[in-house]
Amino acid sequence: MGEAALAQPAWVLLAYLIAGVCFILALRGLSSPESSRRGNRIGMIGMGIAVATTLVTHVPTVTGIVTGSSLFGRAELYRIVSQLNVTTLVEILIAIVIGGGIGLITARKIQMTAMPQLVAAFHSLVGMAAVLVGAAAYLNPSAFGIADSAGHILQISRIEMGLGVAIGAITFSGSVIAFLKLNGNMSGKPIILPLRHVINLGTLAAILILIAYFTRNEAPAIFFPIMGLSFAIGFLLIIPIGGADMPVVISMLNSYSGWAAAAMGFTLHNSAMIITGALVGSSGAILSYIMCRAMNRSFISVISGGFGGEAVSSGASAAIDRPYKRGSAEDAAFLMKQADQVIIVPGYGMAVSQAQHALKEMADKLKAEGVRVKYAIHPVAGRMPGHMNVLLAEANVPYDEVFELDDINSEFAQTDVAFVIGANDVTNPAARTDKSSPIYGMPVLDVEKARTVLFVKRSMGGVGYAGVDNELFYRDNTMMLLSDAKKMVEEIVKALG
Amino acid sequence: MDFISIVSIFVLACFVGYYVVWSVTPALHTPLMSVTNAISSVIVVGALIASAASGSAGSKWLGLVAVALASVNIFGGFAVTQRMLSMYKKRERTDG
Repeated sequence: MGEAALAQPAWVLLAYLIAGVCFILALRGLSSPESSRRGNRIGMIGMGIAVATTLVTHVPTVTGIVTGSSLFGRAELYRIVSQLNVTTLVEILIAIVIGGGIGLITARKIQMTAMPQLVAAFHSLVGMAAVLVGAAAYLNPSAFGIADSAGHILQISRIEMGLGVAIGAITFSGSVIAFLKLNGNMSGKPIILPLRHVINLGTLAAILILIAYFTRNEAPAIFFPIMGLSFAIGFLLIIPIGGADMPVVISMLNSYSGWAAAAMGFTLHNSAMIITGALVGSSGAILSYIMCRAMNRSFISVISGGFGGEAVSSGASAAIDRPYKRGSAEDAAFLMKQADQVIIVPGYGMAVSQAQHALKEMADKLKAEGVRVKYAIHPVAGRMPGHMNVLLAEANVPYDEVFELDDINSEFAQTDVAFVIGANDVTNPAARTDKSSPIYGMPVLDVEKARTVLFVKRSMGGVGYAGVDNELFYRDNTMMLLSDAKKMVEEIVKALG
Repeated sequence: MDFISIVSIFVLACFVGYYVVWSVTPALHTPLMSVTNAISSVIVVGALIASAASGSAGSKWLGLVAVALASVNIFGGFAVTQRMLSMYKKRERTDG
């Protein structure tokens, strides 16, 4: 029975395969900004194909028998009339319109600085959808073609379904926590529970044992605890992770949402879902890896959490007393006007104070003075991969003036002014020199090699997210510009005349 | 499809994903996340099957809710990606 229900016509299999290929092309397009827009449209087409194919093959037809009689009244004719079940179709369309409307409005209104929260929120929806689909398949297995002749769920499907629901639930609750932290509804500080590693590993083990047992007993008493424990573990896994590690967390949740889709694809024997799941899963995993490497942290140390929670232990009081040079907007304007080349190093602080537009204006003024202006982006600047690039693009900064760490780091030595705005840890020379520093070994932008470093910072008191002091502030060639990032840049623009 | 051909598709797709994602330029990592968000909502296929099936009212309702959630992601994800991508511009060439 189950096997028969799974036998789909060849054109259906082909259509899902084409949808999967469209998604591959959508990601392939992202290799350059020029091809990316077309890629995105191909992705939309793929989604259209997948949805249309499913609707055509699954919206049931109402079958009725119309009785009539032949001309001679001898025999009655039976005609079987099939027509689309309109009610079902309308219900589905309403769901799509509600969801799609919310999605489109959000996409239009969202501020670019809030992208990390939005992505976290979207991840949570994928997770929840996976859980709901898993539960729906559990309640009505024959509709999904995963029931045997006795109406029991196939053994293999139970494992796939269990894993899919578990990963989906972890994605959901983890993303909700990530959203709350990124959106500021919850402190970015790690929340450390006693014995958390024991609790977490115990919960994970319990989930796996339940999934194994689910293959022998499909009772709701087994299925729903899998779901509940997975919601709990997603929550427990993310609360101890601090704000600085959010780029890794959000990439990791991206990966999970992919694996959840893949697991559901296995359950439904659907190639579009499997291909997409594998793509998204590897995408998130690679981004997590890139982020970890950019912080010189192991993935394990990130997900075990607790980083950035401790206050500065040593030298905190000494730091405040150390002498530093303080400059004004006029000083900064003068220095930059004289320069041949200025490299701007933006960080999360720029996003917080929305300084990107003023920054672009400053760069334009400098260019008018004949200064070469470039931007240097550290992979973990901001709260998600590529966050700074989007903000600069929003402010109309051409993307060929924006460089990645490896491409620009050697240029600081020949640069007159490095303008650091809202970045801190990613410029800290201690990462190269101080073995005792928590960020030792992390690749950093060598801003101190520039002739002058202009460092925009709100006050001398605060430390970066890693909770370490920055040697850079007290160097002879550093001038601190203590003010709100946006205000300072606006004043510099004014001083540039 | 039998289990082994599904596993084959999955394994090969992981490799494709690996190479395709490494070729994504770091400047587009945020759009990469939002578009992967949109495409992972292909899970809507499962939600549609549940909504269209008869036999279990509970399953149908769960399916409809999942259709709505996935639609938020599909429309929102593709739209926000398009919005971001349209902002990436090259330097205007000034003659002379």
